[in-house]
Amino acid sequence: MAQLDASQMKQYWAKTSRLMWTIFALWIFFGFVVHLFAVQLNTITIFGFPLGFYMAAQGSLIAFVLLCVWNAVAQNRIDEEFGVHEE
Amino acid sequence: MADTRGTTSNAFIGNLGKIYGGYAGGFIVFTLILAVLEQMGVPNKIIGYCFVILTIGVYAYIGILSRTMDISEYYVAGRKVPALYNGMATGADWMSAASFISMAGGLYLGGYNAMGYVLGWTGGYVLVGILLAPYLRKFGQFTVPDFLGARYEGNGARLCGVVVLFAASFTYIVAQCFGIGIITSRFLGIPFEVAIFVGLLGILVCSMLGGMRAVTWTQVAQYIILIISYLVPVVWLSTERYGIPIPQLTYGHALEQITALEDKLGVVKHHVAAFTDAKGQFSWVEFNNFWALVLCLMIGTASLPHILMRYFTTPSVREARNSVAWSIFFIFLLYFTAPAYAAFAKLEVYQNVIGQPIAELPAWVQNWAQVGGLLTIKDANSDGLLQLPELVINQDIIVLSMPEIAGLPYVVSGLVAAGGLAAALSTADGLLLAIANALSHDVYYKMIDPRATTGRRLIVARVLLVGVAIIAAAVASTRPSGIIQMVAWAFSLAAAGLFAPLVLGIWWKRTTKVGAITGMLAGFGVCLFYLVMTRYAPVTFKEMFGTDLWFGIRNISSALFGLPVAFVVTWIVSLMTPEPSKEMQDFVDSIRVPRGVVVTGA
Repeated sequence: MAQLDASQMKQYWAKTSRLMWTIFALWIFFGFVVHLFAVQLNTITIFGFPLGFYMAAQGSLIAFVLLCVWNAVAQNRIDEEFGVHEE
Repeated sequence: MADTRGTTSNAFIGNLGKIYGGYAGGFIVFTLILAVLEQMGVPNKIIGYCFVILTIGVYAYIGILSRTMDISEYYVAGRKVPALYNGMATGADWMSAASFISMAGGLYLGGYNAMGYVLGWTGGYVLVGILLAPYLRKFGQFTVPDFLGARYEGNGARLCGVVVLFAASFTYIVAQCFGIGIITSRFLGIPFEVAIFVGLLGILVCSMLGGMRAVTWTQVAQYIILIISYLVPVVWLSTERYGIPIPQLTYGHALEQITALEDKLGVVKHHVAAFTDAKGQFSWVEFNNFWALVLCLMIGTASLPHILMRYFTTPSVREARNSVAWSIFFIFLLYFTAPAYAAFAKLEVYQNVIGQPIAELPAWVQNWAQVGGLLTIKDANSDGLLQLPELVINQDIIVLSMPEIAGLPYVVSGLVAAGGLAAALSTADGLLLAIANALSHDVYYKMIDPRATTGRRLIVARVLLVGVAIIAAAVASTRPSGIIQMVAWAFSLAAAGLFAPLVLGIWWKRTTKVGAITGMLAGFGVCLFYLVMTRYAPVTFKEMFGTDLWFGIRNISSALFGLPVAFVVTWIVSLMTPEPSKEMQDFVDSIRVPRGVVVTGA
């Protein structure tokens, strides 16, 4: 099944889009929303790190790496489900 | 890789692990030998020379081995680069003088407020992975303007793409030449203006003969050196101070000590405090600029052609996606270390430099003061002791001078210099190739002479490469601005000009040729206008708008104004012009799916 017909293509793209928007929303959360509260989070200290500082220095970065890994794994799964992965 | 036709052999790809493993081991042994030589009394100058010359020698060797006359090898490394190695190459391509040399310095000076760089220069990869890389790989041509030319039917969009690419990449490469100048000047002991041109040879020798193929395999080598040399000094200090070799965990203690010392020294702007101004108060201007910068850098990441074109080199769409994940992982290793680097450097300065008699300061102060006024000490109150305000240290030398400040053996300084050089050279190579490829492939071959022979195209590419490199070095020798500012401008320019047409071209079929072109011009125009006016004609700008800056946003985040304009104009004009043809919509469908051929739209 190399070629998708119109309705399969629609389904495939709907699934792909849903994954994209989910990761996009998490990207906004870790890229922006968390740091809106940096001043408040900084009142909490863990191992010497004020939490707001920690999130910008490490926390969000770890989230970004995981989001990219998740995208690769989940999209590959969608491709295989529709049989459009590469040989 | 060195077979006669200049194409990448499968045996080479199969042995990558062995080759680069051996290479990394060799580099460590080389460093240890120099460490022993230093203990035996070999002068610092010789050690600096060894690091700079030997590493450039290795890159040159790889560059020459990778020479090629094959067009696909020259432009996209034969599309044979496995995800992991493309991730490393992207890491080196990505992490430039700004990341390696300046970012920790920015964090040292700016504290939390500079964290926008750390976030902005990592988070963009999420966008690259979900929005662009796999689809551009499926499209499968040579350059980013190629995509614009195909999706928006013709040379109009292609040319706009080349203009934005040139503006962004050239600004960026000037900053790299500047960084290369600082390092070679300091460690070879030659004047800055001469040092830039010495470094230029280092750039050219990697990229000229082998194009993308040579740049790819040198960048992998450069990543290994840059990550080792960034980690060594911080791991060393972490072990020395806290007994644990994981600086990313232990610098929490350093932060606590810094805060305590800040109170003692009377520093009101705390290192860890978020969005504070110089007086240590919460500031809306800092708050707004933080977001603006994070956004512009992230979007810029997903728009810079020298990064996007790295994903053209993987064997498949799937590998392109995996490669994005590897890229951000390798980049993450440096970025989550940078704040630790800054914290350890600050602690060293507060504890061991401030309060010392100025006459007894160690030699590194003298050495750095000689490199173009990047470090100045003025005994303002003439008490012979160094107070904090009397030490002015440029952000571009914090990383390079930290090993000396902390009293580590000179071999560590040499190592860090080699790392900084690797970072600057690798990015300069990627950028140079992006510019030269756009000019030779998109302008010369696609627009001027479509019947040019392969040999002729490759010669034109090389001539342009050398020309652009020389101009960039000449501009850098005039010291136009700090590294990190120039790089941030490049991100804004790319974001405002390229993000909308690329993303909408894939994700919104209704985007039309006219819509995309007007959107690009409008977005890029607004961004460029704001940047140039606020930078070079602030008086006129104030007369026109009655304010120094729109909403107090600094011009490093100019794309904040260009981006929305680009999207809105593209959207409105697309809806006003006729829907793209059925063939074009089929073309978009075909690049959305990994399997199958790409149908041509025209």
